[in-house]
Amino acid sequence: MKDFAQKAVNCLQLKGASYGDVRIVDTLAETIATRNGTAEELRVHESLGFGVRAIVNGAWGFASSSRVEPDEIEAVVSRAVAIAEASSSVPGNPVVLSELEPVQASYATPVEKDPFAVSLDDKLDMLYRADEGIRQVKGVSLAQAFMTCYRVDQVFASSEGALIEQRIVHSGAGMAATAVEGGEMQVRSYPNSFRGNFASAGYEYIEALRLVDHAERVGEDVVALMQAPQCPDATTTLILDGGQLALQVHESIGHPIELDRVFGTEASYAGTSFLTLDKLDGLQYGSEIVNVVGDATTPGGLGTYGYDDEGVPAQCVDIIRDGKFVGYLSSRETAPRIGRKSTGAMRADGWQRIPLIRMPNVNLLPGEGTLDELIASTDDGIFMMTNRSWSIDDKRLNFQFGTEIAYQIGNGKLGQMYKNPTYTGITPEFWNSCDAICGPEEWKLWGTPNCGKGQPSQCAHVGHGVAPACFRNVRVGVLQ
Amino acid sequence: MLGKERCFEIADAVIKASSADQTETMVASDDSCLTRFANNYIHQNVAVSDAVVRVRAFIGKKMGVASSNRLTPEGLAEVANRAVEIAKLQREMPAFVSLPKPQERTPVSAWHDATAEFTPDLRAQAVRIETELATAQNCIASGAFSTESGEMALANSLGLRAYVPTTRAEFTTVVMCDTGSGYAYATSRDVGDITPNVMAAGAVQTAVDSRDPVDLEPGEYTVVLSHSAVGEFVDFLAWLGFGARDKQEGRSFMAESMGKKVTGDSITIWDDALDPAGLPFPFDSEGVRKQKVMLIEDGIARNVVYDSLTAAVDGVESTGHCLGTGWHPYPTNLFMAPGDSSTEEMIAATERGVFVSRFHYVNVSEPMHTVLTGMTRDGTFLIENGVLTRPVKNMRFTQSVLDAFASADMISADTRIVEGDTRVPAVRVRSFRFSGATVAS
Repeated sequence: MKDFAQKAVNCLQLKGASYGDVRIVDTLAETIATRNGTAEELRVHESLGFGVRAIVNGAWGFASSSRVEPDEIEAVVSRAVAIAEASSSVPGNPVVLSELEPVQASYATPVEKDPFAVSLDDKLDMLYRADEGIRQVKGVSLAQAFMTCYRVDQVFASSEGALIEQRIVHSGAGMAATAVEGGEMQVRSYPNSFRGNFASAGYEYIEALRLVDHAERVGEDVVALMQAPQCPDATTTLILDGGQLALQVHESIGHPIELDRVFGTEASYAGTSFLTLDKLDGLQYGSEIVNVVGDATTPGGLGTYGYDDEGVPAQCVDIIRDGKFVGYLSSRETAPRIGRKSTGAMRADGWQRIPLIRMPNVNLLPGEGTLDELIASTDDGIFMMTNRSWSIDDKRLNFQFGTEIAYQIGNGKLGQMYKNPTYTGITPEFWNSCDAICGPEEWKLWGTPNCGKGQPSQCAHVGHGVAPACFRNVRVGVLQ
Repeated sequence: MLGKERCFEIADAVIKASSADQTETMVASDDSCLTRFANNYIHQNVAVSDAVVRVRAFIGKKMGVASSNRLTPEGLAEVANRAVEIAKLQREMPAFVSLPKPQERTPVSAWHDATAEFTPDLRAQAVRIETELATAQNCIASGAFSTESGEMALANSLGLRAYVPTTRAEFTTVVMCDTGSGYAYATSRDVGDITPNVMAAGAVQTAVDSRDPVDLEPGEYTVVLSHSAVGEFVDFLAWLGFGARDKQEGRSFMAESMGKKVTGDSITIWDDALDPAGLPFPFDSEGVRKQKVMLIEDGIARNVVYDSLTAAVDGVESTGHCLGTGWHPYPTNLFMAPGDSSTEEMIAATERGVFVSRFHYVNVSEPMHTVLTGMTRDGTFLIENGVLTRPVKNMRFTQSVLDAFASADMISADTRIVEGDTRVPAVRVRSFRFSGATVAS
């Protein structure tokens, strides 16, 4: 593969590209899902191909092919160059890339147990037992259990001399219980909704989730939800658990700090960002206890890697420091426009896609204290857990989330369970209302394996480390 | 493109290599190009060439699925074997009866040479026209222009054979200017149907007209929903209720509604993949011929769509709506019946209301009652005394689709294909809930 990559780079240079790179990507994905004790899904998918980026006349071109054969190199490179020439026919500012010392290196996700070496029998057995555990609870209509294992082997080479090999392994699992009766439906999940939680890790991560041990509780929760009253309409103190807070970080911090959105290059699809350049080093994004980093080095994070897809080393950068907005996620093309170097955030969804600025692990740093202490210190409020729905405007300001379950907090104790909880707010107001973040003992990584962006659409695996946190004067119960 | 002969050569090789009781092979290839522009220049410009084989192997009622893009003889034998090995480990799927048998299909025209032969230079030319229009009005154009050609072949060990070559062109643009923005979208099998200059002019005008938006208090309003906004609602209805599995499990608004009124009388929605007014496609991912299915007729819930598995549960015939393993049956070629009005007449008939050009980031808040939340985007206007008087800042809605359609009282005679491949009219809704507003930051 290295030889193939070098040949492609040589061909790019011969065809006149002022810069070029190639990625050869070999992906293996295994998806398993059970449904009420039967096999809903068990499939293995593999995909091999290569993609070539070229800058010609200061403009980008990209071409890719699933035929990783020597006679395909020239055809794909020629296509990328021709496309770049077509791009340059619509005048714009020539592409300028930030300086980068090219490296020859390798990286592999630390894995204790190769998930592809574990037998399908063992995996199915775990999921069927979890599925069965949920169905032990009377009133559950549907039990589901999920597992996904994912491996990417990639070679990256650039015309600047970089040659990088990486093996990324992601593993995750989860389960969901559904109850249906009289036109009402509720869902309760573990450890997170939408197929569970995911990490850069091997099968040891899946085992540690202990799905079977949590199955009955998940079933009991969903049955109880069917009898619970609707979340009331109020403006109150809101405490979010880690799973929901991770998505709050994702949508209202992770996306608006992407510098390509700020520059308008996602305007026609996902939108732009309220974080215009005048807000850098000036905007009070959150209260003084809010500290956020973009960290591609967090052990186990779903957004952890060795090098991004431009060959930039993984790094940890400040995004919000003591509440102040201090940094974006950037690429080699966008960073020089604000006088900075790339933060190493460019990643592509496979060989057939170009890299875009994607979140690595966008982590909210821990504060202090336990969740129990936080609840005990709250006279009146509501505690929401596990995301159910999300929506945010095209500048990432006005958001509304729904969660699976909530509890009333009164005099420092959890009380009434509520169904259909929702809350809404405006991003900087919300983060400035944050007056407590739990400590390192509550801090946990959450993986989001379905982050969409770009045209053609791309799906990225990103991570968020968070501890439960408290927000004041939040509008809840929007469905009332 | 592999071509029909090569597709079936691959499919037959896989079926021959499989030791399963029944084997199905899908071969799909894709040559797609997309030119993306922003800030009045092309910033991304890509091409992909891929071909994939997917195998479903059945041993009794046990199913294994494997897919790969390694199309060498060794690769094909490996993917066949992998599917069989997976099937051996599976539990039985009680609903499985058999793979579909060979059947007649209505041929459709889904291929246009002009689309397949479209070049990066031609896409760049279209972008240049738009950026010049935008620049002349001090606006910034962004968007994407894609052209693709592909093919799908289905074969199974019972002798079923299906093949279709397809093309598709898609153009989308958002034009921004100061505090305003406008949007346009078109798709067709034939790139000749796409008129970027006309679309761009409309988006530029909306951007100019929507500058300096004012605040509007959230609350109940009469709204005129553009084709795009209606399409989003129809797509979510489909997601929440038009598939047979959700109905069978009681997890959709259709479960207890068959034969009952679910919307206003003027709402009729159906799925028809064979209608050339949509994006025609002849068969589903099991090779079953597509059938027209009436979903809501004059406001009454009529049917849901089926794949083979869900059809067996209800003892009916598959309607040809299998999307593939891991998905439930789903209608991908939706139509909503036109009325006899026009967008202009709806606005003229509205004393006070809101015109919505487009929704953004819509998601489900409460599935059984079809409650969605989302934002408006790219041109939201206040209607006063029958005219658009002022642009308003983007609003958040939290609204049941069925309730909205229950108060639909005017529907446009013209229909358009919108994002999501649904052909819909514009609709006036008497009672629509905006639950929040955007503040400047």
